[in-house]
Amino acid sequence: MDIPYTVQVRRDTGLNNGKIGIWLFLASEVMLFGALFASYILIRTGSPSWPRGDTVLDVPLATFNTIVLITSSVTMVMAWASLMRRKFSTFRIYMGATILLGGVFLVVKYFEYSHHFNIGEGPSHSNFLAIYFTLTGLHMLHVFGGMCVNAYFWGPGAKLYETNPVWFTNRVEHSGLFWHFVDLVWIFLFPTLYLL
Amino acid sequence: MSDHAADHSADDHAVDIDKHVKVYISVFVALMVLTIITVAVSRVHLPIQYAVTIALAVAIIKGSLVAAYFMHLVSEKKLIYAVMALTVAFFVVLLALPVLTHENGFWLPQPHVDQPHPDAEHK
Repeated sequence: MDIPYTVQVRRDTGLNNGKIGIWLFLASEVMLFGALFASYILIRTGSPSWPRGDTVLDVPLATFNTIVLITSSVTMVMAWASLMRRKFSTFRIYMGATILLGGVFLVVKYFEYSHHFNIGEGPSHSNFLAIYFTLTGLHMLHVFGGMCVNAYFWGPGAKLYETNPVWFTNRVEHSGLFWHFVDLVWIFLFPTLYLL
Repeated sequence: MSDHAADHSADDHAVDIDKHVKVYISVFVALMVLTIITVAVSRVHLPIQYAVTIALAVAIIKGSLVAAYFMHLVSEKKLIYAVMALTVAFFVVLLALPVLTHENGFWLPQPHVDQPHPDAEHK
């Protein structure tokens, strides 16, 4: 039996089910990160002293990563736009670039994390580093998850394009919504942790 | 609506894609400029209340650009707006909780003081 409303829009919602599903999921993600941001505010305002992020963390590396993630958001939306234009080979290039940029982001984070652990600055070192590792660690898991889904659509999942290009385009749009959300979270994490 | 009709709808939409792409490029440039502004302002070492206000204001502008154009919220259906409105309402309450707790002086005095960094600024 076919999955209903993957291409057609429901008359009552005006949307296909996948889009409602991803937005509801993103709503839950907002609350997940919201809880951690609230914890950050609670810990920071309750502490008699708090280090400026740039005295502990590497701002140039994080700025580079911000540029990488924003660029990956553009390549993601261009991948979707390529499918809307029915240019599959261009989609592959943009989606490949998105996955690659996600990889660059994770590699840079690996070097950041390694540096801290090598000098004995683990999560237990201070409240600042505890919340830093929690927030950025969760964010990194999201980047990795998004990369896995995008890699599926770049590779084996792309077979769907041959039989149902509209459904495949919708799937890529939904995957893109998640990827943009991950970018959006970083846009708030970057100044909160690194610059203030 | 049949798959064929849906395909037609997607093809019609493809005509507008060129306009969308121009917007995406403009948003990308704006995000880059705002990132540079955020970093530049942080190097001035403003008092913490001004630094937080400016950093969050720029982050909200950047986040809004991503949500509005990359996530297409600027032209979404009412149901998505309803879901987002509910989410924002709960999110605001969530972030307000620590502030309300702070007003009650819940954690003062602190029995444990976290070790400050040598260069730390006292609030």
